[in-house]
Amino acid sequence: MKLTVNGIDHEVESHALRPLLHVLREEVGITSPKAGCQQGGCGTCTVLVDGEPRRSCLLPLAAVDGAAITTVEGLGTPEQLGPVQAAFHEHYGSQCGYCTPGFLLATHALIGRSPKAGRSEIEEALAGHVCRCTGYVKIVEAVEAAVGGAS
Amino acid sequence: MGLNDVSVLIPSSAAEAVEAFGDGKDVTVVAGGTIVVPELASGRLRPKSALYLGRAGLSGISRKDGTVTIGAATPVSDLVDADPPLAQAATHVGDLEVRAQATVGGNVCSASTDDTPRGDLQAALIALGASVRSAGKGGERSEPLETFLAEGAGRLVLDVSYDDAPRAAGYAAVWRPHTHHYTILAVAAAKRDGELRLAATGVAPRAVLLDADDPLAGLELRDDALASAWYRTQLLPRLVERALTDLEGGS
Repeated sequence: MKLTVNGIDHEVESHALRPLLHVLREEVGITSPKAGCQQGGCGTCTVLVDGEPRRSCLLPLAAVDGAAITTVEGLGTPEQLGPVQAAFHEHYGSQCGYCTPGFLLATHALIGRSPKAGRSEIEEALAGHVCRCTGYVKIVEAVEAAVGGAS
Repeated sequence: MGLNDVSVLIPSSAAEAVEAFGDGKDVTVVAGGTIVVPELASGRLRPKSALYLGRAGLSGISRKDGTVTIGAATPVSDLVDADPPLAQAATHVGDLEVRAQATVGGNVCSASTDDTPRGDLQAALIALGASVRSAGKGGERSEPLETFLAEGAGRLVLDVSYDDAPRAAGYAAVWRPHTHHYTILAVAAAKRDGELRLAATGVAPRAVLLDADDPLAGLELRDDALASAWYRTQLLPRLVERALTDLEGGS
């Protein structure tokens, strides 16, 4: 099967029902999607599939054959952060960082579909993402700043 | 035995899916993956073969000849603006990402476990008078959803349909505070031409049709990690009342 990950084509040989999360981490070698709860409840494995946020721990490889996958590496580089990454950096939206990839990708997708998202839309977009450090206040502020920057 | 020992069938049409499923023996169906994929990845589930339904053309909602038909592989997120009370039930399934992956067929085939409530769409669909078209042992058949659920698992759901007719609808639920809105108990109501249909999720592992005149009649409410049977017994009449108030409100 074929995956395009952050613009680079990969032929992958994993089992058709292996979760995309494990394919990315163990076959493609991209470890930014984290193997958190591995049952869809924590959000840190979230990646973009053709631009839409999806739980990579729940997606069988067969569901994404030929799809374009984006992980946080596709949002920017350490030297040149993407706008969502920069907003999280400036507003202290990350502490230990384990949940951050999921929050960044969910936020990036939110801004793509709703560039002027308000508070309730932001909360809905982040509802499936668990953070055990920040108490969410800083994260929501970072997302509001990212949304403001985009509009 | 590892995941690599599970043979995978990826049918590209509904007819191929029905043929590949056969009588369903030792076949696990995977559609959205939200329930089955973690079971397969962890090794808790090791069927001989698995049928991946995502490419079988079973996704989509159609309204024609007075019938609304929802394909088995239609994502739950496509129902958030469906007819009430289905829309209310769909809105509270999982979260944004999970709703986009989870399917109607999976929801109809799932049963709650002691610590994980599932199948939130079932009560709303029963209230709408939905029937299920399925394949498997004995061939293809259609039956009311409540009958299908009472028989348990083992069939390949192809679609769910109900009459495209005006109704008054109501919905009331109590959720455990959790990002995934774990449903303790939910009551769905729909009234059409004077006939009231009431159904509940959270009463038993799968949703049930309630007696509209006496909702608690004949019920043995489940007792699990979310709530005791005693609590649910107190809750059910209140939720019926609230669902009916919602229905009378002309929603």
